[in-house]
Amino acid sequence: MNVGHMGVVAAAADTGVVIGTGETIVFWVLAPVALAGALGMVLSRNAVHSALWLVATMLSLGVFYVVQEAPFLGAAQIIVYTGAIMILFLFVLMLVGRETSDSVVETLRGQRVAAIVLGIGFAGLVGAGVARGAEDLPVIGLAAVQDTAGGPAAGNVEAIAAVLYGRFVLAFEVTGALLIVAAVGALMLTHAEREPGVLRSQKERSRARFLTDRPQTLPGPGVYARANSIAAPGRLPDGGLAPSSFATGVEPVRVDELPRTGSVGAEREGLPHAGGTDAALGTIGGGTTGPVPGSGEGAPR
Amino acid sequence: MTVFAAADQPTLADFGSDVWWIVLIKIVGIFGVLVLMTLFAIVFERKVVARMQQRIGPNRVGPRGYLQSLADGLKLAFKEDIMPALADKPVYFLAPVIATIPAFLAFSVIPLGPTVSIFGERTPLQLIDSPIGVLIVLACSAMGVYGIVLGGWASGSTYPLLGSLRSAAQMISYEIAMGLSIVAVFLYAGSMSTSEIVAAQADGTELSLFGLEFTGPSWFAVLLPVSFVIYVIAVVGETNRAPFDLPEAESELVGGFHTEYSSLKFALFFLAEYINIVTVSALAATLFLGGWRAPWPISIWDGANTGWWPLLWFFAKVVVALFVFVWLRGTLPRLRYDQFMSFGWKVLVPVGLVWILVVATLRAVARETDVDAGEMAVFVGVPIALVLLGGLLLASRMRNRDTRVAAREAAAGGPAPAEPQVLDARGRDRAAGGFPVPPMDLVVPPSPRLRGRESVGAGTVVGTGRRSSSTTPEETDDV
Repeated sequence: MNVGHMGVVAAAADTGVVIGTGETIVFWVLAPVALAGALGMVLSRNAVHSALWLVATMLSLGVFYVVQEAPFLGAAQIIVYTGAIMILFLFVLMLVGRETSDSVVETLRGQRVAAIVLGIGFAGLVGAGVARGAEDLPVIGLAAVQDTAGGPAAGNVEAIAAVLYGRFVLAFEVTGALLIVAAVGALMLTHAEREPGVLRSQKERSRARFLTDRPQTLPGPGVYARANSIAAPGRLPDGGLAPSSFATGVEPVRVDELPRTGSVGAEREGLPHAGGTDAALGTIGGGTTGPVPGSGEGAPR
Repeated sequence: MTVFAAADQPTLADFGSDVWWIVLIKIVGIFGVLVLMTLFAIVFERKVVARMQQRIGPNRVGPRGYLQSLADGLKLAFKEDIMPALADKPVYFLAPVIATIPAFLAFSVIPLGPTVSIFGERTPLQLIDSPIGVLIVLACSAMGVYGIVLGGWASGSTYPLLGSLRSAAQMISYEIAMGLSIVAVFLYAGSMSTSEIVAAQADGTELSLFGLEFTGPSWFAVLLPVSFVIYVIAVVGETNRAPFDLPEAESELVGGFHTEYSSLKFALFFLAEYINIVTVSALAATLFLGGWRAPWPISIWDGANTGWWPLLWFFAKVVVALFVFVWLRGTLPRLRYDQFMSFGWKVLVPVGLVWILVVATLRAVARETDVDAGEMAVFVGVPIALVLLGGLLLASRMRNRDTRVAAREAAAGGPAPAEPQVLDARGRDRAAGGFPVPPMDLVVPPSPRLRGRESVGAGTVVGTGRRSSSTTPEETDDV
């Protein structure tokens, strides 16, 4: 938006209801965008897509403010609502998970139809009321109002400041107090009370760990051909299960060995791996039975 | 604040009345400048970092390697564009565009120079200005966050998602600190329009100290040092640059939010990042370093602030700011995430709030007591700022005292053992209390699988992991 155009609009406002060409174009381009954003927000099933549609609507509203000679309001709309609040919404939605879509099952029968009918009815009522109320109001334009609010030829910034810190200063302060109470309340509800000094710093924890017998991390679970989970603990050199690799709260499971010498099935007869893994690897002639690894028999004595 | 209206200093009324082709020239010019600055910034960064690391840097493409980034950009454009199978397609496609467009938009309110004559038309070297000029830059950077957040989310992969979550938290936190640092500038300049902020830095106040008459500093970087320091730190976090490049920390998150992006989409993210760096550098020059006005020794020359010369001063300031970005990257290690966040919220934001309080109080006192505002700023504001910054410095040194002392002692050879410790040579005792180590005379027991065939004899190399010898047909039978 440029200032010259605003000047045109300001001049037009004095004569009545004539709207500048630029403003008309912006309105007819962005009004459908804003409406489509609102509808898309309600209709899209993915929560993140809904949030994005709402962002489109909010951006359009911001541009509308700027076009109607309230640039500060427009910037505040974009910075505060789209820039901060919607990003926080997105933050939460992304933490919920990207595969979360709304269920299309109606839990209450006829709910959807009723909602559509009531919604349209409500919009009609409000629209008609506003149209009826604004019918006979004289149009003077925002520029004229702003001139009187903050002294002669004050801009949008000064006019808002004069109104906010003059006439509505009490409401402004009360709103600020309300927001602070909400923030402090949220902190109080989510804050876990701790004795000061109980939570050790990373440096202290690191030092404490190096004073124990095991400065390094605990061993992870084993990775086997037939199992790869925290329930399959690692093995010690003698084949026994390593207790330090047990996962908390999970019953350790000893993984079955692959068959030593071929499977019982006759279908593997004549295949290269008919003799089992050792034959396939060429490590053993086949047919021998050694101590089964993991039984502890092969441990050094 | 009085605007020192020189003939070439544009005011708000000068904007918005340009002919359409002048507007077109300005738009194309800004687009070209930003793309060229991106290409330059990449080569500049690589060359400067290379010098800092005792390397030469890019030196193959073009004269002295200066066309390297152009070649890289062209290569990037012709690479295969990969769409991940799990990607959310519309959002994945939109994200780089959302990141790039606000980056370009933000530069439209940066004043590049005074009123000049283009083909006979007198026009300011700035696309547009508005009473809320600086807020437009803030709004654009707020929109740019969406590109990064959505890009990470839409990739359908873990590392990008983590990177984008980090980036959302980081950019919101540091945007608050950045906004607070700018408020003091608004208070002093009495305006949010970029051209008027530059005008407010035109002339310093005439000061007299012990009968000595001199012109005081006019740059807000000097008058508002705390704001300047907070701004510089905050924009490094805001643009995701080292040492605050946690959203794309390659040692933790592969590439962060753009891990899954390739070809032109990746190029757009890259472009947006560098344009953002150029924009915040230009904003730093505008808000704190006098904008397009010549620095002191040059400003003695009368013609320095007229015609096209100011473009030179402006871009010199931008390049100096870019150098600081590169310098930080070449010097500082990346912060841990919790340290980074607590620094933003517990240090930058409170200091910014206290500083605004100080500045507002000074302004009010100056107005009530009829003292000149510039005098007040130099003789009261700057000392308070120095005390504030010095206090912060001392506090941080106190906090790290233990580590510093230990490091100094270690460097001086304090607690290190004088002789190398000799471990017990035999038996299991060697492992007691320490790491398990194999005994020196290790005899490898025969592998149960090799029974009746062969065993690795004592003295053979242990643990090479090869079994080739065991498949030989010779029988040794020495089990």
